[in-house]
Amino acid sequence: MILLTPSESWQAPLMIATIVVTSSSGEVLTAGAMKSIGDLDEIRARAGMKGAIKAVVTCPLFFIGIFFMATAFFALLFALNHMNLSLVGPATASLTLVTNTIAAKLFLKENVDRRRWVAATLVCIGVYFLAH
Amino acid sequence: MSQPRLTFQQFLILAFVSVSVPMGDACLSHGMTRLPAISLAHPLSLVGAVFTPWIALGIVLLIGYFASYLTALSWADLTYVMPATAMGNVIVALLAHFWLHETISWQRWLGVALITVGVAFVAQGPVNTTPPSNFPAALDAGEGTRQEAQ
Repeated sequence: MILLTPSESWQAPLMIATIVVTSSSGEVLTAGAMKSIGDLDEIRARAGMKGAIKAVVTCPLFFIGIFFMATAFFALLFALNHMNLSLVGPATASLTLVTNTIAAKLFLKENVDRRRWVAATLVCIGVYFLAH
Repeated sequence: MSQPRLTFQQFLILAFVSVSVPMGDACLSHGMTRLPAISLAHPLSLVGAVFTPWIALGIVLLIGYFASYLTALSWADLTYVMPATAMGNVIVALLAHFWLHETISWQRWLGVALITVGVAFVAQGPVNTTPPSNFPAALDAGEGTRQEAQ
């Protein structure tokens, strides 16, 4: 394991931020793509599995989301090469929950009421504790 | 559009999203540890690993996860799916304790409790609070595909 030296320690927040931002972008774009396509169960009932697959793979936004998700995956691999999993895992899992909630409210216009904020916060803290 | 509650089929899809990732990861981990050490000098041996039963099962589970996750996002909000599927973490901790007899620290039990309460909170609310047209860029890309699929 190659760990960061004290002079490189500023890179840790940068790496974690990169994972969180790219991961959130990927998830929000993918969620936006799936919302725009509509209920896949209904599409499958009407047009079969082929129709459902076609609806997904012909949506450009879906592939932009996948691109960001793949970027997040490689950013995670890079971070794991420099930092311990016990730091990267809980930090990115918890922070992504918060950024996803904010991004879903801003960009997907989801109605994030108090109940959903409480749920996201509890799960975020819970994931952090579970990873320790 | 505000869908109040999950149908039974939707509940099953969310349950599969929750359990397929830990199960898939466990299969991959189990499969990889049973293989001899793979060096970067022979990367093709990684391709061969894909065809071993445990790794193949893990990949099938993760493909199933992604398909179910996309299906869930097509009828539920991201802010509903995220906490609801976090239950997978709890299932893994419970399996580790009661099946593998692993010791779970009090911090982990606290994490299990917080996630369970969080999931219970979000499950009381509506599944979907947005119309499909609320993501402008997505609308342009998606409407055409939806009509074609129909």
